Amino acid sequence: MNGDADTRSAPKPLVLENARVVDPARDLDATGTVIVADGVIQAAGPDAIGKPMPAGAEVVNCAGKVVAPGLIDMRVFVGEPGREHRETLRSASKAAAVGGVTTLITMPDTEPVIDEPALVDYVLRRARDTAIVRVHPAAALTKGLEGKEMTEIGMLKEAGAIAFTDGRKSIANSRVMQRMMTYAREFGALIMHHPQDVTLADGGVMNMGETAARLGLMGIPVEAEIIMLERDIRLAAMTGGHYHAALISCAESADVIRAAKMRRLHVSAGVSINHLTLNENDIGPYRTFFKMSPPLRLEDDRRAMVEALRDGTIDVIVSSHDPQDVETKRHPFAEAADGAIGLETLLPAALRLVHSQDVDLLTVLRAMTTRPAQLLGLDGGTLNSGAPADLIVFDPNTPWVLDKADIVSRSKNSPFEDARFQGRVERTLVAGRTVHPYSGHHS
Amino acid sequence: MTTHLTDHAASFPHRHLLGIEGLTPPDILTLLDLADEAVEVSRQVEKKKAVLRGRTQINLFFEASTRTQSSFELAGKRLGADVMNMSVASSSVKKGETLIDTAATLNAMHPDLLVVRHHAAGAVRLLADKVGCSVVNAGDGAHEHPTQALLDALTMRRHKGKIGGLTVAICGDIRHSRVARSNILLLNALGARVRVVAPPTLLPANVERLGVDVYTSMRTGLADADIVMMLRLQRERMSGSFVPSVREYFRYWGLDAEKLSYAKPDAMVMHPGPMNRGVEIDPEIADGARSLIKEQVEMGVAVRMAVLEALAAHLPN
Repeated sequence: MNGDADTRSAPKPLVLENARVVDPARDLDATGTVIVADGVIQAAGPDAIGKPMPAGAEVVNCAGKVVAPGLIDMRVFVGEPGREHRETLRSASKAAAVGGVTTLITMPDTEPVIDEPALVDYVLRRARDTAIVRVHPAAALTKGLEGKEMTEIGMLKEAGAIAFTDGRKSIANSRVMQRMMTYAREFGALIMHHPQDVTLADGGVMNMGETAARLGLMGIPVEAEIIMLERDIRLAAMTGGHYHAALISCAESADVIRAAKMRRLHVSAGVSINHLTLNENDIGPYRTFFKMSPPLRLEDDRRAMVEALRDGTIDVIVSSHDPQDVETKRHPFAEAADGAIGLETLLPAALRLVHSQDVDLLTVLRAMTTRPAQLLGLDGGTLNSGAPADLIVFDPNTPWVLDKADIVSRSKNSPFEDARFQGRVERTLVAGRTVHPYSGHHS
Repeated sequence: MTTHLTDHAASFPHRHLLGIEGLTPPDILTLLDLADEAVEVSRQVEKKKAVLRGRTQINLFFEASTRTQSSFELAGKRLGADVMNMSVASSSVKKGETLIDTAATLNAMHPDLLVVRHHAAGAVRLLADKVGCSVVNAGDGAHEHPTQALLDALTMRRHKGKIGGLTVAICGDIRHSRVARSNILLLNALGARVRVVAPPTLLPANVERLGVDVYTSMRTGLADADIVMMLRLQRERMSGSFVPSVREYFRYWGLDAEKLSYAKPDAMVMHPGPMNRGVEIDPEIADGARSLIKEQVEMGVAVRMAVLEALAAHLPN
């Protein structure tokens, strides 16, 4: 679904009592009440305790549970249109609802590529008709993702494109990137770039270093990322454009972003949940579900990502949900496709950082709610009264194990198969309507 | 009449016209006054004058141009000169050396006036240094096109009565435009307020240092403008390199009735031609009541007559 176009019967008002209310937009982490009616947050927090309840409200005691804004995932690959056997908008949205993700930003590298206003419109309509969470498509930055000619940023944005990216592809040509950043500035369009020097990365299949040497696999040096990131930062400084590094993975990249922010450049950065919680050792005996781009790095790099999240250098955490099937994954490591699914495990994996006391809950949630909402210009990402009632209820301590059979996503390539987690989403609301546990009354 | 004209011409102190840069406001006004008189000549049945009788004018075009070349040709002929057109296909020219060779060859033919267009900025000046005759720049790369700026000024002055105090919005491909550069210089010299309006990719770096107010939105850039001057966008620049597509360019930067409504109610529309209707300008505007585009063509001949006459005053007898 998208926006407020909803002809179904209105959901019952909802009152969540005795909850640990966490709203990063207000730096709020306190016991309180959340009142939802008419698809909107009426009140949330300690102030809401004792406020009059809407007539006919469902009242839930949430003792021991956290109520937080629904997650906004800025990097989700889907297979629709063109690769529906991997993931449709509907199947992705169901996986999202299970994971507590209430807003998906979909990547444009479908078939056809989302590089025309009519195709943005198509995705929005399909999402409205089939998806159970909000979907905002990102449009291609260059026509056909070829890295050569800029797309119609103005008209695509008018059609509803939320941001611009070539998805998993990098723009090798610096002049193209410079012109794109210059042009995008005119429309206040956000450019999300996957910074990787393709010539340095060419042929590499995992992080360059000792592990690659032992496994006999070609490596991708961290410099492939750092060089491209530094180029991009210089272009952002030159053009004044808004630049978002979609994914960073190594310690020096964090330093580059940190320095750019010190210079007050219009720059932000994301990290995938995988690079916050896994490292190259997890590849073990050539496990292809751990093959991704950028590759998993050293433990020191992972720790640097966590530190960069804690100090605000990294703005957002994404799932980088990338459904692949046996056709693309059941191959020798070097020949397998990159990518891992992640919508259902985004929050549970992020909670590992909280349980290990590396990062507090407010900071982790901010990077998946308030910050992405700010970067994208969305209303959500907060429990402020008047905000859309996109929220999640989770028990941060429930222990569970990810069973492949329980994966909702149409593709099963999770690096967290059989992993133990602590904390699980119990209920997800989008515009005040419960979409998880899946209540079955949607067609 | 003839003596009067020659008096004017004699007060123009330059041997060449290589650009608006270097002209003083009185120089510019001299040419505009001369051009006003040339308009009258061109509107008579007898359009022929004798000030250039016996003189040889060579139009040397390294870049194809139908309208500018024919305008200079007609201007020379109306003043009685023998006019020869030389078109040099740019692909067969090998840069500096050949250009200077060409200059030496032409110089040996003893022309009096050389009208030159070249695809490289600075090429006309280079050539002027090597020949003994007067040289008129008919456009050098993205540098200057002085007779275009003069004809634009003449057109504006005849409609608005003055240049000083006018707000002129120059819109479109500023980055590659010699017309824009010459106009910015001339309009600033005569006291107009100059704005440039373009997508950020089509603005030269630091363009504000040329003495213009810079806008990227047509609505704000056109607000209360007296003159809206549209520039041509080359086809190869509108498919993803500088702007993504024709339809996007037209939507945000093409002049249509809605965008023109932000300018003054009596604002006039200009375009140096040739126009891309539906790219930078709506046909309804291009051919509408507020368009001065056809008149610009008429003023083009008059301004070129004025320039040739002013330069001829310095030719050795």
